[in-house]
Amino acid sequence: MIALSVNGKPFTVEAEGDTPLLWVLRDYLEMTGTKFGCGMALCGACTVHMDGKPIRSCITPLSAAVGRRITTIEHIGTFKVGRALQDAWVAESVPQCGYCQSGQLMSATALLSANKNPTDAQIDAAMSGNICRCATYPRIRSAIKRAAKKLA
Amino acid sequence: MIENVSRREFFKTSGALVLAVALPDVHAQAQAPLEPNAFIRIGADSTVTVIVKHLEMGQGTYTGLPTLVAEELDADWAQMRVEGAPADAKRYNNLFWGEAQGTGGSSSLPNSYEQLRKAGAAARFMLVGSAAERWKVPAKDITIAKGVVMHKKTGRRAKFGDLVAGAMTQVVPADVPLKDPKDFVYIGKGTQPRTDARAKSTGTAIYTQDIKLPSMLTAVVLHPPRFGAKLKSFDAAKTKSIPGVVNVVQFSTAATNGVAVLAKDYWTAKKGRDALTADWDETGALRLSSADIMADYKRLAPMPGTVAHKSGDIEPAMKGAAKTVEAAYEFPFLAHAAMEPMNCVVALGAEGCEIWNGEQFQTVDQMMIAQLVDLKPEQVKLNMLYAGGSFGRRANPHSDYLLEAAAIAKANGEQRPIKLVWGREDDMRAGYYRPMYYHELEAGLDDKGELIAWRHTIVGQSILTGTAFEGMMVKDGVDATSVEGAANLPYAVPNRLLELHSPKLAVPVQWWRSVGSTHTAYATECFLDEVARATGKDPYALRRALLAQHPRHLAALDLAAKQAGWGKPLGKDRARGIAVHESFDTVVAQVVEVSRQKDSVHIDRVVCAVDCGVAVNPHIVAMQMESGIGYGLSAALAGAITLKEGVVEQSNFHDYPVVRMNQMPKIEVHIVPSTAKPTGVGEPATPVIAPALANALAALNGSPLRSLPLKEVNFS
Repeated sequence: MIALSVNGKPFTVEAEGDTPLLWVLRDYLEMTGTKFGCGMALCGACTVHMDGKPIRSCITPLSAAVGRRITTIEHIGTFKVGRALQDAWVAESVPQCGYCQSGQLMSATALLSANKNPTDAQIDAAMSGNICRCATYPRIRSAIKRAAKKLA
Repeated sequence: MIENVSRREFFKTSGALVLAVALPDVHAQAQAPLEPNAFIRIGADSTVTVIVKHLEMGQGTYTGLPTLVAEELDADWAQMRVEGAPADAKRYNNLFWGEAQGTGGSSSLPNSYEQLRKAGAAARFMLVGSAAERWKVPAKDITIAKGVVMHKKTGRRAKFGDLVAGAMTQVVPADVPLKDPKDFVYIGKGTQPRTDARAKSTGTAIYTQDIKLPSMLTAVVLHPPRFGAKLKSFDAAKTKSIPGVVNVVQFSTAATNGVAVLAKDYWTAKKGRDALTADWDETGALRLSSADIMADYKRLAPMPGTVAHKSGDIEPAMKGAAKTVEAAYEFPFLAHAAMEPMNCVVALGAEGCEIWNGEQFQTVDQMMIAQLVDLKPEQVKLNMLYAGGSFGRRANPHSDYLLEAAAIAKANGEQRPIKLVWGREDDMRAGYYRPMYYHELEAGLDDKGELIAWRHTIVGQSILTGTAFEGMMVKDGVDATSVEGAANLPYAVPNRLLELHSPKLAVPVQWWRSVGSTHTAYATECFLDEVARATGKDPYALRRALLAQHPRHLAALDLAAKQAGWGKPLGKDRARGIAVHESFDTVVAQVVEVSRQKDSVHIDRVVCAVDCGVAVNPHIVAMQMESGIGYGLSAALAGAITLKEGVVEQSNFHDYPVVRMNQMPKIEVHIVPSTAKPTGVGEPATPVIAPALANALAALNGSPLRSLPLKEVNFS
């Protein structure tokens, strides 16, 4: 049994320590908002926060998450920045297929939490680890700026 | 705000289905909803549920189709709900596909345009009839606005829900006049948000990957290392020693074969799969490399091919030409690489089979699965979920991954549902690629430099030969999907010949966003620029001169050129390229601006013009243009699946790179005003970006780019 904290709540799971956090969230805790895209930290669909910093949960073993604060897309809306971004995502109609958007939002939330008014170059730097095959990038950029404006 | 079926409701429903527990008929409870036709359900709570027959894979069907109903019904957007249609080709066939149900060819909105408006108008008629009876006033004096039914003289008002009971006694009208377009409140406005935006921004939208059924097992598979190889034997001793591995089964279908490891969760099943060892019979396996295949195609090209188009008389015209221009173009295999790797949930029972899938090809999948599990097609129930992208992949004419899932469920026995999950590597190496192609073109010019002859040869695998579509779409040896975009070349050239070679190869191939146009647009549009350079003509002016008979092409081309400022000097180290192409009845023109940086090239902007008839939702049209450009750009810059002695060399996004945020150019979309019926927008932007970009690069550097991807260019 391994204990971990996800979205402010304690959980214990009967999983091997080498199980990636992604599959613990999805298959054990049934939090399916975090997505599997590549398994190699190449696409960002699995992005969650560990102690407030964005990480790729597909290569983060469960053992590395013990004692850390894990936050997922299911919980991000309870924070001001996360909620503002989600609202901006809807207002700009960002999602198309939507599969990558949980990861996009987790990266964007980390960005706006650390930098209230990012430049285009800073948005590129923070978001380029997240692939979107529908290429919603222009609207992601607009939505980040919309949320930044609202939070200002 | 519109929400899709919530997770709780979803599992309530799906769980009940699997357990075969008969739920009480919700329609029989309290006030039954009004169901005037197969597409609309109006509840006593005034919600209007639109049953959408097309997959939502990002292109906007779950917004566009409800828009058509809301328009004719004069509903408020907030009362609209969406539900995916079941598999039933009688009610939910694609009207462009005869008796078949499915999503593709950028046809969802065009084929539904009148069908769903009529459905909405019929429902409106019944609601108005109900109000007229209740209020004892003439129906013609009743109006509806934003979901409120009104009789102005008496000031009476009602919501849809209030009128449902009375509406049910009304006769369903056979034919109701549709709205005059000048009265549209939704169509053409795009003010309503996407119905799926909130669920997809909160992690609550349900994809195949998210389905979990009681007692379900996850299956991870081992496929052969080469196409055409068959499993000889395997050793699962190590796999079975891993705690949590429940079963290891072997499977073989017409499309795939291999070994599946079944476990309680993905990670355990994957560890089990990685611990397998297997021997393969590779007697019939493909051992060629990409270079061998291309060399074969080049040998084939000069030989007489199957004639796909002939007009005028090519030989004397070419012989009499004052000047000729020649070029050849090469295209690699391309993977779809949707964000959600292929997956499928199957629950198999003696009485039926139930599937959960980003379901794109209902009629084909039902038939194929029914055959495999020995049931009738109608016993195969398909639950259509959101797809995490597809780009054509989930409409597989061989039902490859669905058959695999069903075969694994069958081999494991009927007790437990299974979820087949491909990893990214499995997905990228499973084939069903956009085929490799080789094109040769030759143009003949008279002494004034006018185009008098155009010879074009295409070499590449047929997508449709050997599928259920062969009879319909392969005519006289010509697969329509191999030559579309070239056979219907819009340019006025009096003497034309198009020949096709369709060599057979063991690499499974499939349509890929915009299908034939993915290569024909590049070959024809780049070649036209080569002709322009050879004759010293402006590429925009040359196109205009040759498109006099094609007003839609001209309008899109002119709009893109005007908005891009074509002809205005750009200054040193900057250049523009232009391309125009029609696919799926939609015309897209693009102008790309590039600039030379220190040791790289930057794409400064893309100006896109589109004629898609009435733009039902201009925002979604713009989104699809951007999306198509981004998808086409990924292929243009770096997309290539290559074979080395038959083994696929790519496996994941590090060796199959795609466009990321920092590489996405600035895009402007302009829509040609139109009152014609809408045409599709999901695909037509994709094929235009590569030739427009290559033409800009050729203008910048003076030398043409004849092979995709554009590996030799360093983009910043």
